[in-house]
Parts: sequence; structure tokens; C-alpha cells
Amino acid sequence: MAPRDPSEMVTLKIPRPLYERLGQLIEGTGFRSVTEFATYVLRDLASHPAPPRRAEEEPATGRMTDAELKAARQRLRELGYL
Amino acid sequence: MIHPHGGRLVNRMVSGEQREQLAKRCGELPKLALNQRELADLEMIAAGAMSPLEGFMTESDYRSVVDSMRLANGIVWSIPVVLSAKSDDHKQLKSGDELALVDQAGRALAVMEVEGCYEVDHDYEAQMVLRTNDDGHPGVQYLRSIAPVYIGGPIKMIRRPEQRDFVRYRLEPKETRVLFSTKGWNRIAAFQTRNPIHRAHEYLQKCALEVTDGLLIHPLVGETKSDDIPADVRMRCYEELISKYYPRDRVVLSVFPAAMRYAGPREAIFHALVRKNYGCTHFIVGRDHAGVGDYYGTYDAHAIFGEFEPQEIDITPLLFDHAFFCRTCGNMATTKTCPHGKKEHVFLSGTKVREMLGRGELPPAEFTRPEVAKLLAEGTG
Repeated sequence: MAPRDPSEMVTLKIPRPLYERLGQLIEGTGFRSVTEFATYVLRDLASHPAPPRRAEEEPATGRMTDAELKAARQRLRELGYL
Repeated sequence: MIHPHGGRLVNRMVSGEQREQLAKRCGELPKLALNQRELADLEMIAAGAMSPLEGFMTESDYRSVVDSMRLANGIVWSIPVVLSAKSDDHKQLKSGDELALVDQAGRALAVMEVEGCYEVDHDYEAQMVLRTNDDGHPGVQYLRSIAPVYIGGPIKMIRRPEQRDFVRYRLEPKETRVLFSTKGWNRIAAFQTRNPIHRAHEYLQKCALEVTDGLLIHPLVGETKSDDIPADVRMRCYEELISKYYPRDRVVLSVFPAAMRYAGPREAIFHALVRKNYGCTHFIVGRDHAGVGDYYGTYDAHAIFGEFEPQEIDITPLLFDHAFFCRTCGNMATTKTCPHGKKEHVFLSGTKVREMLGRGELPPAEFTRPEVAKLLAEGTG
């Protein structure tokens, strides 16, 4: 296979321990490099018809239910914070 | 609002039927009584203050944190959060076993699903994390006092510890997040302290408040070394200071339950990450943050932030030089803003302040607000 045109590629930075961990994970799997594995995983992730919910869409307070939110506000009021 | 570290606010408190079942099962499980530091860590893990940690560190996380300041999955974490074995029986625990975590009175607080036990080298941990293995360092003394065998695994908390001072000031991360959100604050600066707030600290806080929407004064009230000013005395000082000199609607005073590690730079990273979980976007780092004696350079805790990409830490460190009152300038300043020599600067070390208080003398008003000095004299006299 002809090598890819370098101008079509970009560099992604990931923490070195994660890179090394991924290197261990792909041993014996047929993936020839961490780059090949990461590309495969990211392609798979991007191909989902409905992408996973983005973190920005999480409520600011995490996954609190309405009841939990109400209870938190009530406690804050009782303590004089609100 | 800023995302918790690792992207998700952990909640390991269980309730309802699950809590009842776990509580019942605790009677049959092997037990481990936590020390003060571990109790504080447990409470913080359960409430999400230590997100993304879901329990005490397993061997892979521990070794990765000690060696490279990252969890095994690569997320930045600078301080081991570990549970030490208390008996030979604990050292036999295997993956899949359950362990009841109890307080010193034997009350069951949580259940750990054990992932494994592992032996550690405390000299190595001390050298890597505390940058010393000198016996005079309080963090080294702590390590010498516990077994070099740790037990790791996720926890589920069924009951909060009973000894809870400052109940009125205890807010969990989900509560501070609701509070900031309700107040409409987007940029929140956190101030960590184990000391009284002197004029220099007040100056840093107010500089931070100039560029943010609100300030979280978050004093550490967990275990500290015996010659630190007691937390109850400090809390009276904070209350007095805030009531007289701070805009009440822009400041929140709440307590931080952790124990001090005195790990200087590494603890500065830890303190910052944890405050992100409380919803803060900025973190004040002054001189010799979390330091003790002369084990760390004055600005080591500034430099360590440069070892990470900003987005890995996410919370913005506000790095301040040593602050003082300058008699010639007639105001608070740092060497960045004051051209005058040291003779013009009013600054006292913590040791010097303690000596003055011991002699019944009050520190000068340029160093400490008179109201605070009075409370310190009453509280430590």
C-alpha cells in the first residue's frame, strides 16, 4: 500500500502512560501500532449514528435528580448559604 | 460549570434497600478500623471530592501515581490515597473479598470490594511523593506509623463518620456546585489554608476576587501537625475576618475535610484538582504551598503546574509571589509590584507569630488584622 500523504495526517497528543498502556493492550491483536489502534477505535466511535452524550450536556451539578437538587438547595438555605 | 476531574462527579453513598443490605452484611465481614486520615479520605471519596477515585487506590493506580503523578489510565493525580492493613488478617484479603470499613468505635461506615493487597516501599513513596525520607517530615512520620501493605478497591459508603466538627460548614461537592450555580457564579477562586488568614493571604484572595465572580475560602480541618493553629481557632478568625472585611455575597466559607500531607508541590496539584470537583475554576497558590520546614523551595508548588498540559489540570492556578505590607508603598504588595527593599516590608514567619503569641504579644496590624490577632491570642494563649 502506498504511504499516506503526510499533509492528510495530524498529530494527536495523549499522556505517555496511556500510550504505553495501549501499546500493551494491542500486543498479539494484529494492530501494528498504537496509532493504528487509536484510529480504529476513534473511527468506530465516530461512526455511531447517535454520538455518545457529550460531557457539556451533563447538568452542571452532575447527575442529580430533581429531588436531590431540591434537597441540596433546601440544605443550603437552612445553613444560610442561600 | 467546570467538569469534575475525570469528567464525572463520583457518588459512592448508597441509600435505601442497598444500604440496608450492605449494613446488614457488615456484621459478617472482616473489619478494618480506619485512622483519621483514612476516615477523611473515605468521606471525600464517597462524596465525589476525590473524583474520579471510587475507592482506595489499587496497586496499578498507586504505583502509577507515585512514579508519574497519573492514575493508571493516564489521568493526572499526584497523591496516593490509600488504605493500610491493620492486621495480618488484612494482608490475606484477595480480589473479590469484601471488607467492612469501620471507625475507631467499630461502627460500620462503608464496604470495600477488595481488588487486591500489595506491599509498598515507604522510603520510596516518601522520596517520590514528599521529596524526602527525613524522619523530621510529618508526612514521613505518618508513613512510618502505618503498615507497608495497602488494600485497594472501590467503596460503598453506608454511613458518614460521626465525629463531625463544623457541621454548619460542611458542604459536599454537589452542594457547592448547586450553590455556585444558583448564585450565577461562573468563575470561582478557591483558597486552601491550614493557617489563620493574615493580611498577605487576604491580599491574594482579594486579587483573585477582582478577576472572578466568587471566592471559596476552604480551610482544611482534617488532621494537621500538633503545632499548627487548631481548626476551631482558625474558624473563629475566618468568620470574624469575613464579617468585617469581605463582601459577604461574593464569599463562601466551607470546610475541607482532608488531612494535611505536607507534600508541598504534589499536594498543591492535589488541592487544585479536588477544588475543581467542588466546582471551582481557579485555585490560589501562594508561597510554599502545603510546605513544612524547609523541605521545599518557595515556588516549587508553582513550578509543578508546568509539568502538565493546562487542559489536564483544567482548573486555573493563580500563582502568587510572596506578599507583604510595604511601609513605603503604604499597602500590600509582592516583589512584582513593590520596588522597595526588605527593610520596608512587614512579614513574619508562622514560627515568629507563634512565639509572639506565646509571649502575649500581638502581631502588628500590618501583618494581621487586630480582630484576628486578638482571637489568635485568646485561642492559643
